Amino acid sequence: MNKITVNFNLNGEPVTADIPVTWTLLRTLRENFELTGAKEGCGVGECGACTVLIDGESVNACLYPIPEIEGKSVLTIEGVAHADGTLDPIQQAFVENNGVQCGYCTSGMIMSAKALLEQNPQPSESDIRSAISGNICRCTGYVQIVESIDMATKTQNVKNPE
Amino acid sequence: MINYDYHKPAELADVFGLLEQHGAKAELIAGGTDVMVTIKQSNRSPEALISLRNLSHLSYIQKNGDYHIGALTTHRMLEQSELAQRELTALYQGASQVGSIQVRNVATIGGNICNAAPSADTAAPLLIMNAKLVLKSNRGEREVAIQDFFVGPSETVKEWDEILTEIIIPKPQGNFGSAYLKHSRRKAMNLPIIGVAVGLSVSKDSIITDARIALTVAAPTPIRVPLAEEFLEGKTLSDDLLKEAGALASSPECCSPRDSLRCEGWYREDMVRILIPRVAKEAVENVKK
Repeated sequence: MNKITVNFNLNGEPVTADIPVTWTLLRTLRENFELTGAKEGCGVGECGACTVLIDGESVNACLYPIPEIEGKSVLTIEGVAHADGTLDPIQQAFVENNGVQCGYCTSGMIMSAKALLEQNPQPSESDIRSAISGNICRCTGYVQIVESIDMATKTQNVKNPE
Repeated sequence: MINYDYHKPAELADVFGLLEQHGAKAELIAGGTDVMVTIKQSNRSPEALISLRNLSHLSYIQKNGDYHIGALTTHRMLEQSELAQRELTALYQGASQVGSIQVRNVATIGGNICNAAPSADTAAPLLIMNAKLVLKSNRGEREVAIQDFFVGPSETVKEWDEILTEIIIPKPQGNFGSAYLKHSRRKAMNLPIIGVAVGLSVSKDSIITDARIALTVAAPTPIRVPLAEEFLEGKTLSDDLLKEAGALASSPECCSPRDSLRCEGWYREDMVRILIPRVAKEAVENVKK
């Protein structure tokens, strides 16, 4: 199997790796970098469990051909908390608000929420629902997830007053 | 068996060279949200994937008289374009409803058209806008009207050595407004049961001067509905008139929806009848914006 050398930024650190060309970004994250936060659910871009941010935009890592990652910046759930271990306001809100049940969708949900809040710090409930419409959860019925993201917008704005 | 070489040319000339070299054993890939799914689900791959993602000069939405949209423009760019929302409303609506944000961030309008699904959300809007598709190859360049582009499910008139580079939308005459409705069970991550796009120009005394109707999932390819369009043109806009146009468009002379996993044909027909008046009214509303 042909391999390709890719150089990219992963959670703030420059990385280099030799990866089979047919691998996706998801497989690379999980099997090469052992970052198992992004999950494979459907594997075909329907469920959003593999959501990561590439240059700030949410993407299904399960469909992303690894050769395309050259020169890009990838943020996964493992890079969301601060270096001292303090949780991101979105993570904290999921903890406090029971936004997690089985947890399988959570990484993807938080990454979609992260992309939303970077682009729109004060989203409406409808904005939130639309932002996570590519992330499927089979446990919660979405209510606590939407409430968690809403709570995060408030705590985030308290911490970073404009 | 999945085994391919992956090429990332930055210039069109290099794409043509790679196509020559690999012939029909190569496949073009842009956002990859269709190509990668097909590879995974069939567990088979072409000999080579030729990525168009690095042809970044083909990613743009411009207006200079006509509208020019680069084939590598993502659905997300269209969704976030005020120009598209204001002046290419149906296309904006179609592009905004493809897949999820994650999909729209990478999936391109060129890919949506060349994949040629009978359900493509940008196809009906582009049909009512009389879009022209620019196809380039080593042999030269040609323009194909989108009405002539689709041949069957996943089949187009594009030759193996050609690349769709640009979509040209002629500036419409008069007070043209457009709208697209995707009828589906869920609002996100779903293909349409039926897709309806309507474009209308209405004069000050309420005469319809230009009517364009397109449907997806109503036939093996996205289609225009010329009988219903001709019926509307020259008449005075009214609710009853639009209802009659809907009934005409749902007749077997105009569309032939099939039974599928997603829905049965009779329901699709009925929705064509019901939705055309609704979408037509929205198109008229969109003129006023």
